[in-house]
Amino acid sequence: MIRNSASQMAAKLASGETTSVALTQAHLDQIKAVDDKVHAFLFVDKKGALEQAAQVDAKRAKGEKLLPLAGVPLALKDVLAQKNKPTTCGSKILEGWLPPYDSTVVANLKKNDIIILGKTNMDEFAMGSSTENSAYGPTHNPWDLSRIPGGSGGGSSAALASFEAPLAIGTDTGGSIRQPAAVTGTVGVKPTYGGVSRYGLVAFSSSLDQAGPCARTVLDTALLHEAIAGYDPKDATSINAPIPQVVKAAKEANVKGMKIGVVKELNGDGYQPGVRARFEEALELLAKAGAEIVEVSAPNFEYALAAYYLIAPSEASSNLARFDAMRYGLRVGDIDGASAESVMNLTREVGFGKEVKRRIILGTYALSSGYYDAYYGSAQKVRTLITQDFTQAFTKADVLVSPTCPTTAFKIGEKANDPLAMYLNDIATIPVNMAGIGGMSLPAGLADEDGLPVGFQIMSPVMKDERMYSVGGALEAALLSKWGAPLLDRAPKLEASK
Amino acid sequence: MSSLSRDEVAKLAGLARIEMSEEELVSLSKEFTVILDAVARVQEVASADVAPTSHPLSLRNVFRPDVVVPSLSPEDALSGAPAQEDQRFRVPQILGEE
Repeated sequence: MIRNSASQMAAKLASGETTSVALTQAHLDQIKAVDDKVHAFLFVDKKGALEQAAQVDAKRAKGEKLLPLAGVPLALKDVLAQKNKPTTCGSKILEGWLPPYDSTVVANLKKNDIIILGKTNMDEFAMGSSTENSAYGPTHNPWDLSRIPGGSGGGSSAALASFEAPLAIGTDTGGSIRQPAAVTGTVGVKPTYGGVSRYGLVAFSSSLDQAGPCARTVLDTALLHEAIAGYDPKDATSINAPIPQVVKAAKEANVKGMKIGVVKELNGDGYQPGVRARFEEALELLAKAGAEIVEVSAPNFEYALAAYYLIAPSEASSNLARFDAMRYGLRVGDIDGASAESVMNLTREVGFGKEVKRRIILGTYALSSGYYDAYYGSAQKVRTLITQDFTQAFTKADVLVSPTCPTTAFKIGEKANDPLAMYLNDIATIPVNMAGIGGMSLPAGLADEDGLPVGFQIMSPVMKDERMYSVGGALEAALLSKWGAPLLDRAPKLEASK
Repeated sequence: MSSLSRDEVAKLAGLARIEMSEEELVSLSKEFTVILDAVARVQEVASADVAPTSHPLSLRNVFRPDVVVPSLSPEDALSGAPAQEDQRFRVPQILGEE
């Protein structure tokens, strides 16, 4: 049952073939069986999940009209506030903190009667591409436990790929939903910026952060997308417009007559041969399904990475100033006569990990007087140029595509001491965040040289998120008929591994 | 080539309110030489005629109607406080003694 898609589970719940309590228990059992190997979860809310499931079963028994995903379990990235449940952001500075309120994403999940199994591991404050920067230890890729599950949302992607949950929530600032999806053979969507509320999402880089849905199929991702999206007056950057019809698009999966633009700059040198082969194959399948493949150029994308590593740390240096040891979270060195400043200094030394400190210092530098124009100011101009490249490209194509990442999952520890090599993982995902548009990654198969999953990225214009689902749905259907079974059926069985 | 000395890193760490060991200061200073070279590439295309973008949405002053809505109770607001006293956050000394 746990290997079903979320929509299949929902159908079984609706028909009475199973109950939410049984389904939730089955996932809790799977977590118990495999999570000591995978370490996807930081907190498993056994009691809360089963109570919520029992309530949904009771509503169903009374004949109440329920929403499509009612009773289906989900794994929540530990960067979203959930009332009275631990929310650490993978950081020691928030260890033991219990938020006194629900984020809007969590409120929407509860409204949809989606069962929250617990909180998933992540790079500290979402800064990273491997989940190695978590203060609570790394998460392991279910395809090969010695490899990274992507990051920052490696806990969510690993939970999906190890059948610990059929649905998950991620957040994406430079690729933290899409890259983990790519390297674990799962689906992840970064909606248009402003499409899903950021209220209660602990801020890393406010102009780039976006929460979004993760699952094992395009349709499941679409159902979760519609459940969490929509205008929220509590988020001043929330877009007040109807939610894009992503479920309809995923179901129709129609690409006939669509123009699909291959971004010339996001392919070629630096991309692993197996990644390129699966990408080319996917393009052929989309052409066969009736799409027109065109090439587009985005000359300024090559500066996106540099601009990102100025903008995101600059915003982070400001956002993370809130962790000042005064109102919540860790406090260190509060001895008689100590000044507030010394308590802040000591708390932030102990509470933050290496990468977080690195980025705060970089951001502080980029924003300091004398350097502001050369660094942060220039990065903002690059952001304009990247947005213009997208605008131009979308006059020639309905969606743009590329490999999600240049490589498949690398080994844990391989890039831990080389920040620049680590940052290169995000080269194809970052432009989307800079422009605030939508991006999806879905599995394109396995790379021949290492047998590891490859992701295919689809990018759509602002609030045209349904287009990603049309293309994703069509590609998924074509690949499924080629493979005969879902990609994850080829992953090793964790239960049997030592 | 851009670089950042150990003393410059120490000054930034002070501004960012992060205590750092000598070892951390030295290693960050080395890393920054490489990182700053990489990010300085933005200057190649950031000419004067390009307008900066700070945010993907061009929003200004988003206000809500001026009506009272429920907010956190004092107990909830203080629930995560490292120390509290008389329904207030208790904090270390902020002002120097005169």
